[in-house]
Order: sequence, then C-alpha cells, then structure tokens
Amino acid sequence: MAKTKFEKDRGLDTRMFITGLALVLLYAIIVFALLKAGVSFGIVIVIGAGLLFSQYYFSDKVAMFSMRAHEVTPQQEPRLHQIVDRLCTLADMPKPRVGVSDMDMPNAFATGRSPSHAVVCATRGLMNRLNDEELEAVLAHELSHVAHRDVAVMTIASGVGMLAGLIGRMAMWGAMLNGGGRSRNGQQIVLLELATMLLSVVIYVIAYLLTMALSRYRELAADRSGAILIGKPSVLASALVHVTGDMGKIPRTDLRHTEGMNAFFFAPALAGKTAASLFSTHPSLEVRLAQLNQLEREMNG
Amino acid sequence: MGLRDAIFGRTKPVAPKLDNLFALPTAALTLQSELDLVTSGQAGLCFKASSGEAELTSDTDLKELLGFDEAGDHLSLTSDDLGFKWLVIHDTDIEGLVTRIHGANTTMVEHGLGERLLCAVFGFVPATPPGEGSVRLVYLLKQGTFYPFAPTGADQRDNELELRVRSFLTEDLPIEKDLARWMALWNVPVD
Repeated sequence: MAKTKFEKDRGLDTRMFITGLALVLLYAIIVFALLKAGVSFGIVIVIGAGLLFSQYYFSDKVAMFSMRAHEVTPQQEPRLHQIVDRLCTLADMPKPRVGVSDMDMPNAFATGRSPSHAVVCATRGLMNRLNDEELEAVLAHELSHVAHRDVAVMTIASGVGMLAGLIGRMAMWGAMLNGGGRSRNGQQIVLLELATMLLSVVIYVIAYLLTMALSRYRELAADRSGAILIGKPSVLASALVHVTGDMGKIPRTDLRHTEGMNAFFFAPALAGKTAASLFSTHPSLEVRLAQLNQLEREMNG
Repeated sequence: MGLRDAIFGRTKPVAPKLDNLFALPTAALTLQSELDLVTSGQAGLCFKASSGEAELTSDTDLKELLGFDEAGDHLSLTSDDLGFKWLVIHDTDIEGLVTRIHGANTTMVEHGLGERLLCAVFGFVPATPPGEGSVRLVYLLKQGTFYPFAPTGADQRDNELELRVRSFLTEDLPIEKDLARWMALWNVPVD
C-alpha cells in the first residue's frame, strides 16, 4: 500500500523532460540559424539574453496565462488572502498578488521577477483538497520560492547553460578555421560541422540536467524554509501526500459532466522505467518527506 | 477506434460491458472482512435521458420496459439536475442487487439504449456505525471497471479511504487503473 501511494507518473516526467529539452533545442536552433545567417556572435548573445530576460521579466504573466489563472481580491477569496497575509507578516516580506486557477488539478505556484513583483497562485483543486493548515503549508513553500528569488536563480542557471553551449561551439569553429590549414577539403568541413553540432548538443543536454538538479535542490530548500516558517514540517508533509502521488490524481469533477468525453479517452502514458528523477524539476515525494521528517525531529528534539 | 475511423472522424458508440458485475459479491465479502463495510441495500443505474426515442422518455415507459412492479420490487426512478436518470433498486442482498442491475442493463441494451448507460453504483455502509464512512463502488459500464467513491461532503471525498478500498479489492475486481478517471458523483441518489 505504502509503495503504491508514492508511485510516480513516469510518463509525465518523461513528457516534461522532453518538453524542457525541446525548449533548449529550440534555443539552440535559433542560435544556430542566426549564426548560419551570418549574424555576428555578439548579436546572437544579445538576442539570446533578450529572450531569456523577457522570459524572466514576464514570468508572472506567462505562468498565470499558462495555468489559466486570474488575480483575486480579498473580497473574492478571503480564505486565501488571510493565509497569505499571515504568512507574509510572519516572514516579513511584501505581500505578493494572489491568484486562483480554476483547474481541478491540485497545484500551486509562485513566480515573478522579484518579491515586490511576485504572484502566488493556487488552483481550485488544491483549495478543495486541503484543509486550512495544509493550504498554509503549501503557500509557505511557494512564498519561500519568492523569498529565495528562484525565478532569477533559475533564469541565470539556464542562461549560463546556454552560454556554455555557445562558447563550446565557438571554440570548435575557432579550431576548425585555424587548425584546418591548406589540407581542408569539403568532406572534412562536413565532418567538423557535424562534430560541432554534436558537441553543442551534448553541452546543452548536460547544462539542462544540471539545471534540473538545481531546480530540485531549490524545491527542497523551499520545503525547508516553508516548514520552518509555519513551524510544523508534518503539516507540509501531509499536504504533499494529499496533492502528489495517487491522491492528487483522483479528480473532483463529476462523472456526469465528462460523460461526453468517454469516446475520446486516451491511453495512459507508457510507464517505462526511465531515470525520471534525474530529469524532473521536483524531487521525489520520498526525498521530500524524508527531509520533512528529519526537520520535525530536529524541531522537537 | 480504428485508424480509418480516426481519419474520417467517426466514433462508434461504445457497447457496455456487463459481465464484470458478477465479481461484486466476492468483493463485498472482502469489504466486510477487511473494512467492516456491508451493502447499504441500494444500488443505482445511471443513464442519460436523451432526446429522441420519444416513446421511452417518460418514466412510466421506462418502468414498463424494465418490467418492474414498483411496489413489489422496491425500486424508484429519479432524475438529477445534470440531466441523468437514476434507477434505484432496494434489496438487502448484494447478489439480488447485482442480478437486478444486470437485468435492467441487459433489457436496456436489448432495446437499443445501451449507449446511454453511464454507470452503476453500489452503496456500502459501515456495519457498525459510525465506522470509517460509507463508500460507493462505481461500475463504469463502458470500461467494465470499478472504482471506489467515498464522499464526505458536498464536494469533498475521502481519497485515503478510497485508496484503501482499492488496495483490498484489486484481487477481486477489475479496478480502474487510471486514477484520473475516478470521477466524482456528487449528490448520488444511492445511499
């Protein structure tokens, strides 16, 4: 029983990994095309940095849009606002804007370029599933992301990764132009170009994996700060059990509302045994619960 | 749905699967021994009250079609606010409930109403109240799978209890594997 409870949707992890990789490859292709088109190295870096910066600068709007969330006033959502108010006072931080997404999937996120431009958002599915204490724990975790400036950290991390790939490619080209000498012929140039492509892809992938690893550490850090903020690690642990794993997948939507979709169901994602934890942005539930357990012992001991 | 149907955008109505229903009495024994849950004496059959087929839309026609004597057989036909009809059967014996739900299903399939069947619901309550709360076993007729539903309020359900029910019943019943399809049935008229 305990084992199935912690089962992960490996298919989802794989999809997330592929999505992330596709994003990185998209950057790589844009950079490659620009370089091919004869745009100079400096301008490519400026364009790349511009793209990254806008991702960072508009992170709140992008996240709100993709989660179909909207901002709410204290009158509309007194429960959510009260909890955020309390936590911000406790943590001595400016109150972020508060948003709600109507999705049934239990989730919460905090984003924004700085604590004063942050937004913290919860889905209806999350608010329905958790009691006040657990919701407070989840929001404390999200507010810790804001306080840690995780959007900025992760943007810089992925930017550094991309820069590494770019520099790797430049170095290869440099070697190609200098080392080739007189003996260069068509075939060699093709081989060298292929090697360059391969090298930059390898660098991008390594950079991507490192970024994911960093992201998981930031999650653990947010768990820790959030749990310390509310003073009850076990409540955050209980909230995690309720929203991740099997319990988070059980819907609140009525069967009769979805009856028309019965003909369109899709097979569940293939559950292959992949190195999912290597590729996922969040640490596994076991790791998170173990940390919270230890914290609980430390706080009581 | 085959490739050709996909290309031409045709969907064939899915025929209901009825045979798995007969696994329920065994599962009821397991539920009693492991979780102290017994049948509530009620089971319901939920189907869409579709337009058309005018001769079968009224309640009296349906009762006649199903051949039930309302007083003698302890059954009722109700509509919910989501446009579905519920045939609720009362019987203290789980085997009796299964047989009669299966019978009603078969009759509806024979009269070409099989596509409109949505699910069958069997109520289970704690043998010694208050216990841990009551559970409904929902049978998805199109998929032929069961899942537990344990509502605790207007839109709250006890996921923990549901997952425990699953852990005990995996041997006895074809339990719906995709948890995302364990849809809720709020205000279900079956106790």
